[in-house]
Amino acid sequence: MSKLDLDIDKSKLLNMYKKMFMIRKFEEKVYSLFLQSILPGTIHQYIGQEAVAVGICENLNNNDFITSTHRPHGHAIAKGVEIKKFMAELFAKAEGCCGARGGSMHIGDPDVGMIPAIAIVGGGLTVAPGLALAFKMMKTKQVAVAFFGEGASNEGAFHEGLNFASVQKLPVLFVCENNLYAVSTPWRQTTPVENIADRAVSYSIPAEIVDGMDVVAVYRAAKKAIERARSGKGPSLIEAKTYRFCGHGRFDPAHYRPKEELEAWKKMDSIPNFATRLIKNNLVSKQELTELEDGIIKEIEEAVEYAQNLPDPKGQDGLLYVYA
Amino acid sequence: MIESVQKTDNSRKLTIVEATREGIREEMMRDDRVFIIGEDVGISPGGIGGSFAIFLGLSDEFGHDRVIDTPISEKAIIGACVGAAMMGLRPIAEFQYSDFAFCAMDELINEAPKMRYMSGGKLKVPMVVRAPVGSYKRGAQHSQTPDTYFCHTPGWKIAVPSNAYDAKGIIKTAVRDDNPVFIFEHKLLYGSKGPLKREVPGGIDLTCYVPEEEYLIPFGKAVIRREGTDVTIVATQLVLYWAMSAAERIEREEGISCEIIDPVTLVPLDIETILKSVSKTNRVIIAHEDTLSFGWGAEVAALIADEGFSYLDAPIKRVCSSDVPMPFSPIMEKYVLPNEERLYKEIKNLAT
Repeated sequence: MSKLDLDIDKSKLLNMYKKMFMIRKFEEKVYSLFLQSILPGTIHQYIGQEAVAVGICENLNNNDFITSTHRPHGHAIAKGVEIKKFMAELFAKAEGCCGARGGSMHIGDPDVGMIPAIAIVGGGLTVAPGLALAFKMMKTKQVAVAFFGEGASNEGAFHEGLNFASVQKLPVLFVCENNLYAVSTPWRQTTPVENIADRAVSYSIPAEIVDGMDVVAVYRAAKKAIERARSGKGPSLIEAKTYRFCGHGRFDPAHYRPKEELEAWKKMDSIPNFATRLIKNNLVSKQELTELEDGIIKEIEEAVEYAQNLPDPKGQDGLLYVYA
Repeated sequence: MIESVQKTDNSRKLTIVEATREGIREEMMRDDRVFIIGEDVGISPGGIGGSFAIFLGLSDEFGHDRVIDTPISEKAIIGACVGAAMMGLRPIAEFQYSDFAFCAMDELINEAPKMRYMSGGKLKVPMVVRAPVGSYKRGAQHSQTPDTYFCHTPGWKIAVPSNAYDAKGIIKTAVRDDNPVFIFEHKLLYGSKGPLKREVPGGIDLTCYVPEEEYLIPFGKAVIRREGTDVTIVATQLVLYWAMSAAERIEREEGISCEIIDPVTLVPLDIETILKSVSKTNRVIIAHEDTLSFGWGAEVAALIADEGFSYLDAPIKRVCSSDVPMPFSPIMEKYVLPNEERLYKEIKNLAT
């Protein structure tokens, strides 16, 4: 575990805790709405991986852009997608951040630097370098971040995207969330390298392996990589070792994973552990934390209330927004 | 041989390659956000300006930051276009052969034409992709005319220029369009000239007068290349010229008068012009170099059967390539491809 030095602004540390807690509670609420058959479609939840999205995104500005995956909820909240607009999107209302045309797997909001999540595994790995290419050509100092899983590193897009980003020295950070399973397939069965980070050397990209359950460790690694990108030194890769506490999708009980493994990772749950460290380091009192948490829970409840009461869109509006 | 559109100032008689290059150059001068990306597009000196010399000289003029040479990475090229276009730039990408588009199908089908829609209209993707089509003895993987795959994908606009005048206007319109536009150019119509002669044997001299003045070609506006009364023919690119040749011969030999329509763009499709023509002739042939089954010709046939049913005095006919991978053998290739002879026979069958 990394040191919780006070070189990091207290407001940043608290913000990260709030974001992680928000993701966790949001996901739990959404799951319960699905159990009650209230929401349409499906979800691929981020429970357990919160520290990665939050640690990375805490380093980003509004106009830095991220690409995401079929598991985008954590990235979206970390990047700043408004909870109300997110909930409205899941409820398939026109006020949703994607106009009810995206849903869970395409969640995003360009206003906060997130293009609609790309649900094709590896899809963002060729698009993020494109975002970065624009930033480089326009000389704006913006950066792009591509989130992907260890399974995606076997897609052709990974190899083409990293190679191109490297040779063009693009301001992009590739973040691999290695949660050990691609749906049900353990990564060791499909991947002949010890770490995904080991692949970066093939593209002359510097890589760092980080404890994905430690938001401060993720934050520190991301800070370096993003500063590298912003200063024109090119792409980096971060491999965060992490674990999803939930199944692949909402119907998946994940019986392909040993119970002991899940229990072991749950002990490393980033949220209560970070809370303990914040309190231990006198950055916040238990009472203050509880107030923050209650506020977040309330915000989520209000978002559900808001979204649920919006009118449904017209079916024929589905014909709009194909062409500009 | 087909007559040029106009014969005036000889220095303004351009090939499709030259006209396209001129259009690109004008757009790059007009708008700093326009850039070129692809394989072998900017290497200089001694470079080739892309697979058919379209981009020749542009990297010398605009620099290598705006004419980007990439690795052999079609997915990365198209992904880069999608990303850069969403951030406000206006890329022009090239596939060296349209057959290579299939290397990037995820980016072409799942990302480029869907990002706007999935964002609820917040994003736009103003990118242009160009690719050469057509068969000339290079075998099955360098011979396809795959425009139909992209016609079928909502979100793309598809242009199929048949001459130099259109080629320049089309690429200018495409660059200014805020949507993904795919331009398919026929290899045998290029007629490239200049220091790197990429003349393709069997190609047609299609130099025609191209104005220096600014002009755009509107999408969704078909052009009647030949007026007639007995049979309507809708055809693109090389097959269009076989149709023109067959029409000229059959008028002379049999007195049958054909009206020939060049769609110019397949998406958007100007079905009104086609229907108006069929209402006059009552007979129609649709001809394209892509394989017959499930091609765009089937779409036009369905539209005519639906919206122009009462106009028809005969079944709708299609003259296209056989449903096979393109063979190498010149004799087999000739058999598979639509040609002037087959069109002539089909017109005669239909009209008599």
